[in-house]
Amino acid sequence: MVRVCVLFAAGTNCDQETVHALELAGAAATTVHVNEFRNKRANLKDFHALVVPGGFSYGDYIASGKILAGELVRYMKDDISEFHAAGKPILGICNGFQVLVKSGLLPAFDHLFEEQTVTLDWNDSGRYEDRWVRLQTAGTSCVFTQGLPETILLPVAHAEGKFIPKNRPALDRLQKRAQIVFRYVGPHGQTAGYPDNPNGSVGGVAAICDPSGLIMGMMPHPERFVYTHQHPHWHRRRSASADGITIFENAVKYAKQNL
Amino acid sequence: MFWRVEVSRKTKDPFAQALKRDLAELGIRDTGRISVSRLFFVQGDIERDTVERLAAELFCDAVSERYEVSADAVGVRDVEVLYNPGVMDPSVASILRALEDNGLAGCQVRTGRGFGFERRLSPGEKRMVVDLLLNPLIEHQAEPGEKVFVEPEKYRFQALTVNLAGKTGEELDRISKQGLLALGREEMAALQDHFAGLRRDPTDVELETFAQTWSEHCQHKTFRGDIEYGGRRINNLLRSTVFKVTEELNKDWCLSVFHDNSGAVAFDDEWAITVKVETHNHPSALEPYGGAATGIGGVIRDCLGTGLGAKPIMNTDVFCFAPVTTKRRDVPDGVIHPRQVMRGVVAGVRDYGNRMGIPTANGAVYFDEGFLGNPLVFCGTVGLIPRDKLVKRVGKGQRIVLLGGRTGRDGIHGVTFASLELDQESQEFSSGAVQIGNPIEEKRLADLVLQARDQGLVGAITDCGGGGLSSAVGELAEATGCEVHLDRVPLKYAGLTPAEIWISEAQERMVMFVEPECVDRLNELARAHDVEATVIGEVTGTGRLVLDYQGHRVADIDMGFLHKGWQMKARKAEWQKPETPEPFVRQRQDLGTLVVKLLQTPNISSKEWVVRQYDHEVQGTSALKPFCGPDDSGPTDAAVITPVRGSKRGCVVACGLRPRYGLLDPYWMAASAIDEALRNCIAAGGDIETAALLDNFCWGSPERPDQLAGLVRAAQACYDIAKGYQVPFISGKDSLYNEFQTAAGQAVPIPPTLLVTAVSVIPDVDRTVTPDFKAPGSTVYVVGETLEELGGSEFFRIHQGLGGSVPRVDAARGRRIMKALARAIRNRLVRSCHDVSEGGLGISLVEMAFAGDVGVGVRLRKVPGARRFRRDDFLLFSESNTRFVCEVLPRHRAEFEKLMRNVPHAAVGRTTKEPELVVNGLGGDEVVRLDLARAKKAWREALTRRM
Repeated sequence: MVRVCVLFAAGTNCDQETVHALELAGAAATTVHVNEFRNKRANLKDFHALVVPGGFSYGDYIASGKILAGELVRYMKDDISEFHAAGKPILGICNGFQVLVKSGLLPAFDHLFEEQTVTLDWNDSGRYEDRWVRLQTAGTSCVFTQGLPETILLPVAHAEGKFIPKNRPALDRLQKRAQIVFRYVGPHGQTAGYPDNPNGSVGGVAAICDPSGLIMGMMPHPERFVYTHQHPHWHRRRSASADGITIFENAVKYAKQNL
Repeated sequence: MFWRVEVSRKTKDPFAQALKRDLAELGIRDTGRISVSRLFFVQGDIERDTVERLAAELFCDAVSERYEVSADAVGVRDVEVLYNPGVMDPSVASILRALEDNGLAGCQVRTGRGFGFERRLSPGEKRMVVDLLLNPLIEHQAEPGEKVFVEPEKYRFQALTVNLAGKTGEELDRISKQGLLALGREEMAALQDHFAGLRRDPTDVELETFAQTWSEHCQHKTFRGDIEYGGRRINNLLRSTVFKVTEELNKDWCLSVFHDNSGAVAFDDEWAITVKVETHNHPSALEPYGGAATGIGGVIRDCLGTGLGAKPIMNTDVFCFAPVTTKRRDVPDGVIHPRQVMRGVVAGVRDYGNRMGIPTANGAVYFDEGFLGNPLVFCGTVGLIPRDKLVKRVGKGQRIVLLGGRTGRDGIHGVTFASLELDQESQEFSSGAVQIGNPIEEKRLADLVLQARDQGLVGAITDCGGGGLSSAVGELAEATGCEVHLDRVPLKYAGLTPAEIWISEAQERMVMFVEPECVDRLNELARAHDVEATVIGEVTGTGRLVLDYQGHRVADIDMGFLHKGWQMKARKAEWQKPETPEPFVRQRQDLGTLVVKLLQTPNISSKEWVVRQYDHEVQGTSALKPFCGPDDSGPTDAAVITPVRGSKRGCVVACGLRPRYGLLDPYWMAASAIDEALRNCIAAGGDIETAALLDNFCWGSPERPDQLAGLVRAAQACYDIAKGYQVPFISGKDSLYNEFQTAAGQAVPIPPTLLVTAVSVIPDVDRTVTPDFKAPGSTVYVVGETLEELGGSEFFRIHQGLGGSVPRVDAARGRRIMKALARAIRNRLVRSCHDVSEGGLGISLVEMAFAGDVGVGVRLRKVPGARRFRRDDFLLFSESNTRFVCEVLPRHRAEFEKLMRNVPHAAVGRTTKEPELVVNGLGGDEVVRLDLARAKKAWREALTRRM
């Protein structure tokens, strides 16, 4: 059985649906409080995949994900490095993406926990917004997105999701190394403005991975689309499948191959 | 010495841009560049290089921000905003945690906001800017050199008593007023007698305990007391109306009604759904952000305090404001402009609900001039709880554990303040009643409570809301008695008197009664979640409420007298039907223009600006969302969620309110609110057989005979209509004294308002529908009868009239209609369905059409009830109750009509390819031809443009 650790901190609030999505995908998922890692009562070695779920860790009071990112560096650095070296996948969703970026686990151009090179800034609207978006899968070697259709629909719900690279070379590097996993696009797959690009992300970037494709961070919420009746248009036309579940199935499938 | 870290943005700053727009609106232009920065003040044994490191790694984002560290600097920017001393800053706890992670335990932190303007502002401009940026109740502008960290004064115990013996009635009134006790003369006299019998004076703590427990907020004295109305005496209005219908209907799926913190209905064999809706009107009038946030925080704790703890699974929010376009000169002194109120309230609900991870999926915003000085903020929480965890057990020897946030001077006299009218001075004397919440404190608390429940550690639980510990402990231990050591209550800062500790309404606290052998396990769990848990006393079995402070007995009260001793003079209620003539409205040829005009009115236009700011999908349970249609912009009537993961069993949640009808007749206002809540619920796929209702009365002073008469009439409507529909009430709450003193000294009550919330459990969310038309070529039906009932309508409002013909409800027929329609929806015969409410048929039709990008053509002549009309506009815009518009595929027509055979219904037209609304009038001629894109744009942008 693939065992997945869903990391929890004060303010995490998408943990239960994330556990449910992982269970639907065939994994045994456990919520583990970061305090357990802090007190060394939990061991990351016991797990085959790690998910940092959405929410408002510590209220996002300094900036989104900032305090939990610091705790990852302080209390879990060696464990995570080992975990990654063992070929185990790590997924950050929404607040989890913000945590991965701010702890230097993404984009991790040269090594894990490197100095922050991208950020997730305040939405251009200056407000929290919940809406469904269209995402183009950008054809990467990322383990989470194999077999997804060219465009998928997922909801975003955040205030700080505007992807900004530190500079032009950082963006070029992401592109060249195929580290951009999802882009926000318009109805015809085109680069689009608000609200198709809901936050003003540079290049429409909605998700990135590390060069190995084992670590992915994404602003949209795949755990909110694991049943077709969660889709906003299902009363009009029901989709054959729920796009979000594929991402979790990929993680479980990959972890299983590498047990 | 302390350090200042100022963090500002290198990238585009949406906040500076928004501020620039707001200033321009105030007439402050050409400010040049505006900078907005975040300020962190740190005090402790800490060197500059450590502060620099913290600034770089913790406070500042390496990509988008820059920082500046300085020593001893405060008040150096053009405007610097700091919280007032004692006001809780929610970010501090998180920052302290981060400092502790960095090995810096023991530091102190405060935060602030800095604003810089390139052009020097004139003193007048600066005053306006400060007014816009801060609320003096909770914040102030920092002065250069101001002491940022103030040591509070220590408290030394003093035994205080209040001399009541021999006081005259007037003197008793004065004591009540000076102490902000809000006790009436009879009650003060009852206390005088009681303590005379004991041959002693009450202590300050005792007197406060009575004031809190006997407050209108806690006892609902108006509803439970005697009322003289229409030549008869009503004893306990609530019992003879709202409770009575529930008792008479005696539904076996009503598991817990009216006695716990929420009502509970069966969801399935294992689970129950709980619902509670609260108001937080006065705090939101004074401090919209904090008032709304603590409102939602409070009702979430009500949910957690239901049974042995219910899990919050959805929030509802309903607001009543004055129009955001109200002219500044029409806003009296001491009143915050409605747009600012609305922004603050929405942000407060957003920041609290989103952080708690509870979807805010249903609600309403209603605008009327009558809410200018006294807005209404209703917050509701739906919960999920195992059915075997619904009963609390209080027993001798249980430990009383206080959980969550620390106690400060915040919110003292909140409940007694709720029984006083707002006036210009409210802003000053009641500032203690205003607070801001800390959702993360509450999130930790919720995580803990639900785990403690599942581990069987909870004997009883309730939240600390109005009245603080005094209400929470006092109510739970009513039958047993208890002893509490007030000096054990963890404080935010020193200096609180025992009375203040006892009645503080500091947020994010709950009280749990726990068997002694479970205390260690609870403590361990609390530590794992970083929640403070303190045993403050125990359940005794003496029937007395005993309070100690540092070895001094500060209260010793008989529980029986405390809970039953309140008094209330019989009040007079006198109803006078208002004389409101129908306005003259000139008939026009082109009603399309009127449709567009109505679509732009505050009550009809899209609330997307509000709703998008709420996370309505967290927890992954949403099966019918606030928006519908191919571009997710059409309105829906109700929220549908799947509370239990993996199951398609659903819960439909909807609401109804009709404040404007309250100006005509509160009876029909209440009847219409019930009807609207139920039809919203049914339109989405709810079932009248499993529907349950909640009532929230918001009224002016019950001491006015006409206001009280309106209340009686509304309560009677609750009985009559709910009985007719055979739908029980399961919970409710009232908020009275919603009045505002104008500058001229005139007290203005709000429009009498009943909010009705409806929930219905359904077996399968696949059998729900949305309002957007699905395809051209379908038959469009109107179900229910249209009468000439335009009194209080939006149509009359745009013609500057109120009118007298308020819409009525025929509940027996309504039940037949809703039963038939629910069945048709369940049998998948209805492709789309929308209720008919504000703006009448014309608005329902155009909303369904533009939501689905599908046109529609209808003939008014065919509408049930049309033969009684002479005017197309009245028929198109009348707001008669119990009506629906349905889209039915041609092949389902016969079956649909068979189900509808005993209720008014008619095929009135068809959906079309052309993206237009086309209406043919009674005479057959075309009265509307309206482009849907134009209609949608008007509807969608009207509110957003003004926010």
